[in-house]
Amino acid sequence: MSTTRIAVLGAGHVGPVIARLAIQAGYPVDVATSGDPDDLALIADLVIPGARPRWASDALADADLIVLAIPLHRFTDLDPAGLTGKLVVDAMNYWPASDGVLPAFEAGGSSEIVASRLSGSTVVKALNHIGYHDLESRTRPPHAPDRLAAGLAGDDQAAVAAIAALLDRIGYDPVRLESLRAGRALQPGRPVFGATLTRSEFERAIHDEEARSLT
Amino acid sequence: MTYTFGLDTFGDRNSDSSGHPLSHAQTIRNVVDEGVVAEQAGVDFFGIGEHHTDHFPMPAADVALAAIAARTEKIRLGSAVTVLSSDDPVRVFQRYSTLDAISGGRAEVILGRGSSIDSFPLFGYDLADYEELFDEKATLFAELLKGGPVTWEGKTRSPLFSQDVVPHLESGTLPAWIGVGGNPQSVIRAARLGFSLALAIIGGPPSRFAPYSELFRRALEKYGREPLPVLVHSPGHVAPTDEQAKEEFWPRWQEIITLMSAERGFAIPTEASFDRETGPDGALYVGSPETVARKIAANLRALDATRFDLKYGMPGMTHDQLMTSIELYGQQVIPRARDLLA
Repeated sequence: MSTTRIAVLGAGHVGPVIARLAIQAGYPVDVATSGDPDDLALIADLVIPGARPRWASDALADADLIVLAIPLHRFTDLDPAGLTGKLVVDAMNYWPASDGVLPAFEAGGSSEIVASRLSGSTVVKALNHIGYHDLESRTRPPHAPDRLAAGLAGDDQAAVAAIAALLDRIGYDPVRLESLRAGRALQPGRPVFGATLTRSEFERAIHDEEARSLT
Repeated sequence: MTYTFGLDTFGDRNSDSSGHPLSHAQTIRNVVDEGVVAEQAGVDFFGIGEHHTDHFPMPAADVALAAIAARTEKIRLGSAVTVLSSDDPVRVFQRYSTLDAISGGRAEVILGRGSSIDSFPLFGYDLADYEELFDEKATLFAELLKGGPVTWEGKTRSPLFSQDVVPHLESGTLPAWIGVGGNPQSVIRAARLGFSLALAIIGGPPSRFAPYSELFRRALEKYGREPLPVLVHSPGHVAPTDEQAKEEFWPRWQEIITLMSAERGFAIPTEASFDRETGPDGALYVGSPETVARKIAANLRALDATRFDLKYGMPGMTHDQLMTSIELYGQQVIPRARDLLA
């Protein structure tokens, strides 16, 4: 069993689901919000059994891997210093139709903007494009014919490999995109976002969209 | 255990039998008739969800509910949901306490933060503030429900000092719920403020919500409150057979969800995803009375909930299809579900 300690930041729709998947896969998991861990204790106890609720600063300091699952408009409240030197999974989305327009995120891929703000961290985009309704019920063991693809994207290939291994371990077929910029294909409004696709369907959807954009 | 069964509509715009959309006005008149038929069929609750679009032209649910109240005697009437974030809690309270007066104490209110975002730009609110807007306004609404003069101060509206808000509630209070879509922090908030919990389950396996009922109960204990009920709200359609129900519902579901996908950036439904959602582990209650009753009973048990509200129909369905669905739900689904739960 790996001893990679994971800190999941955010206890809304998405954070608890990712935390549960990581616990089931054998990782030690801390969970944190912007507030007091005492307020999170009941949620951790009943909704994320096995997770340790902590102050965000403590959870971040002890973590080998940090999952950002907070609303994107709260991301700017986060002090980048707490994440320096860490491997960070950006599971957030810039989704104006659902959460409103954020001027800072109008200028490009949301994970690229997250990465530029977290310049001391290594950012991989992952776990943002499968709906939280589906994320837990659609995990499958390796080689299951209906195993779903989970896309991931980053510029540091060792970091991408580490997150690919995590996705595989929680029950998804990792599909690596070539760069953080290429990870824009995982964003809201793009064909794979919210869809449940096997690797071949996923690769076809990305390929078909590229082909359309070239014509 | 006493179970109650309701129907919800968003004022889904009707079509005629040739597929031509009816006017907004006719759709609203049809909703009023549907509420009356729901009472005749034995349904316990009729809810109308605030929406502001061409497919769901239903911004003033309380007005339509008042019309139903004037033509019914027993059925409880409420919002499902009121988008509190973009409304004034004082006015919401006044509208539903007026409905309570008209209906002789049959009004309820289900408050939502609003996952349908249409009301924010319409009323000049910034979506990025939705969390603070809802939290403050739900807190004020909880104060208003206590019935006495209200003193309150916040950032989202002008303060109130020992303000008497009329009309007073005849029975002293109004059943009030907070609609939650799967955020555990929203469950805690409902318990903290003393609202009942409405779980809106519109996709994926309903069983994943089971820990939320327990979380709600434990949070009520933590805040020193009496037990409060949990309800489940999910979409569906009832017809004489499974095949007919799916045939009537699927094309409209596909059409509307595909349109919403384009506007809101989520996945387009496929026949495979529809089959999954209408199956035993999905969130849609589409089928014969027996199929729907079994699914309701199983999920009320699994979720430890005592009320089920079916959001019936979709835009583009005919008034006749909806009336048949309502009659089957009231006359067959509800008694069968009660038997299964007994």
